[in-house]
Amino acid sequence: MLEWRRRREPSAAMLYASPLIAVALTMLIGVAVFTAMGYPGAQAVRDIFLTPFLEPQRWPDLGVKAAPLVMIALGLAIGFRANVWNIGAEGQYIVGAIAGTGVALATHGMTGWWILPAMAFAGILGGMAFAAVPAFLRVRLGVSEILTSLMLTYVAVQGLYYLVRGPWKDPDGFNFPQTRLFGADQTLPVLAEGSLVHLGIPLALAIALVAWLVLEKTTAGYAVKVVGLAPQAARHGGFRADGVTWACLLAGGGLAGLAGLFEAAGPFGQLTPQFPSGYGFTAIIVAFLGRLHPLGIVFGGLALAATYVGGEIAQTTVKLPQAATGLFQALLLFVLLATDVLVTYRIGWKARAA
Amino acid sequence: MTSIITRRRFNFGAGATAATLPLIGGRASAQAPFGVGFVYVGPVGDHGWTWTHDQGRLAVEKEFGARVKTSFIEKVAEGPDAARAIRQLAQGGNQLIFTTSFGFMNPTIQVAKQFPKINFEHATGYQRAENVATYNARFYEGRAVIGTIAGHMSKSGQAGYIASFPIPEVVMGINAFHLAAKKVNPNFKTRVIWASTWYDPAKEADAAKALIDQGCDIITQHTDSAAALQAAEQRGVFAFGQASDMKAFAPKAHLSAIVDDWSGYYVKRVREAMDGSWKTGDVWGGIKDGMVKIAPYNDAVTPAAKAAAEAVEKGIVAGTLHPFTGELKDQKGVVRLKAGETASDELMSKMDWYVDGVQA
Repeated sequence: MLEWRRRREPSAAMLYASPLIAVALTMLIGVAVFTAMGYPGAQAVRDIFLTPFLEPQRWPDLGVKAAPLVMIALGLAIGFRANVWNIGAEGQYIVGAIAGTGVALATHGMTGWWILPAMAFAGILGGMAFAAVPAFLRVRLGVSEILTSLMLTYVAVQGLYYLVRGPWKDPDGFNFPQTRLFGADQTLPVLAEGSLVHLGIPLALAIALVAWLVLEKTTAGYAVKVVGLAPQAARHGGFRADGVTWACLLAGGGLAGLAGLFEAAGPFGQLTPQFPSGYGFTAIIVAFLGRLHPLGIVFGGLALAATYVGGEIAQTTVKLPQAATGLFQALLLFVLLATDVLVTYRIGWKARAA
Repeated sequence: MTSIITRRRFNFGAGATAATLPLIGGRASAQAPFGVGFVYVGPVGDHGWTWTHDQGRLAVEKEFGARVKTSFIEKVAEGPDAARAIRQLAQGGNQLIFTTSFGFMNPTIQVAKQFPKINFEHATGYQRAENVATYNARFYEGRAVIGTIAGHMSKSGQAGYIASFPIPEVVMGINAFHLAAKKVNPNFKTRVIWASTWYDPAKEADAAKALIDQGCDIITQHTDSAAALQAAEQRGVFAFGQASDMKAFAPKAHLSAIVDDWSGYYVKRVREAMDGSWKTGDVWGGIKDGMVKIAPYNDAVTPAAKAAAEAVEKGIVAGTLHPFTGELKDQKGVVRLKAGETASDELMSKMDWYVDGVQA
């Protein structure tokens, strides 16, 4: 009989190596599956995972795609470290964008340096307010934040639909469900003329750095870790678990909200019903791929961004269907979780009773 | 097993060459095939809007053979993802790029600015540039034909219309359908349900069932799936296919379909781009131009209905019949077209009112 045995001390080296192993395994499985389906598997996998990194003209695309993923994943990772499972970052991302867009529409036609910071502030507050609901329900009533945060995502989506089809509909948009285009002072500046690289990309990196400092070098970061690993010990140490829950959800919501506002004020330049793009869910994969470590998350975000960008490359080069992108992302999470299990457990033969 | 390994090795080699090609950029040498790119909003599948555009792409390949190289990116979300997909095709050596959904308008204009030497064609939009042309089909002509059939075939005198978004394109279709049916049956009613999506089989089926429950015995749609047809088939009422012939999904219910045919336009525009005579512009082609076609009629269509529908089709082609001919009143009773007046393209492309008798 096979049995799972918990390793006494999971190998620290393997803990960090497992995302790399997972990526490598995903690539191998991808080659096998696509070849079996009749596609040139090796080229497909190469185009999905490597070509985006090898072609400099794809780098801005990677940055644009990775920035929101990294920002959301950073917020989620803080919670995941403390066993606070915010699955509804997508909803907080949408509400952040809605709140910031509210400011943009209220300041339509105005100019001033203060507009964009005000939008960003509204975005953060919007995301935090939306994450406060599951925080309150968990702390006061003991309701699982996994369910409440996930379900609130659909509330956010319907709210967005209502606004872009109703009160916020562009008066010059031929009745099409979308808001006005934001003005110059309501749009994130691009870093170089004609490029796609907007201010949100370096800011995402800066936030990752700050998150790393907070999590690794401050008492607050330590509290998050202790509450997650040993709730009893945390109470002994004087850390309030409720406070940590609130802080984790508010941080996650605030970062998702800011990411949403950046996306609305950056690549979109308006709100449309197509705004919810699933970043809030994909960021969960990013957080785990990055080992819940802020700097790891930057790499995780780039890896996932590559699957989006590369998925399109593979469509044009080897005519791989679009659904393959989603398959790759799911495969990556699956393999990552599987390798993680093997890092913590080992498989052995159950000794027979003699 | 051995064969797989050999193939893998071969592909590694092929991948390396293919990856270096796009770096050379948009200018192709004289011998290189002419690159034509397509951006699709849905998966290609086997029916509906995106499928008809892909049929157009295949027609281009068939016409020019090795002289062209086509590629497409499917299921592209309307938004920044579209800009990336279009840019990727532009950087990948395509010299003519078709973007086939309304929501690709701003991204197309934006990318076209960065690639002034590449030409773009945007379907159903209203923004143009030196290197961005627009094209669309006069679907309302097809709506007038199937509306005529509906007027003849409906016993309850009520049709259900599953619509996507109240943009002029859709409003125009509803009005054209209703006016044609009303010509046959002056008491005709058209009930509209907004699905708020272009493609959602579950929602479309629910809408169809709700309309049938309200007494509609003809279902038509401005959404892309065949779900409404299947619902109609189950409940024993009639329906029309959308964008492509959908008879296979509902052999009994499917009376006919408005079929989009982009092949002629795509072949013509690719030829012009290849010989250097491509110019920006706006094409709005109808039945006469072969862009809109009517699928074969079901045997259930009565001879009278068939004759009337064919007469409408002939009249439109001959230019003697315009689906929007006055006197036309909207729901509020305001006269929108005076007696004998026909609607201009300008009026139709901004239509935001419903004709009397539409329940939307």
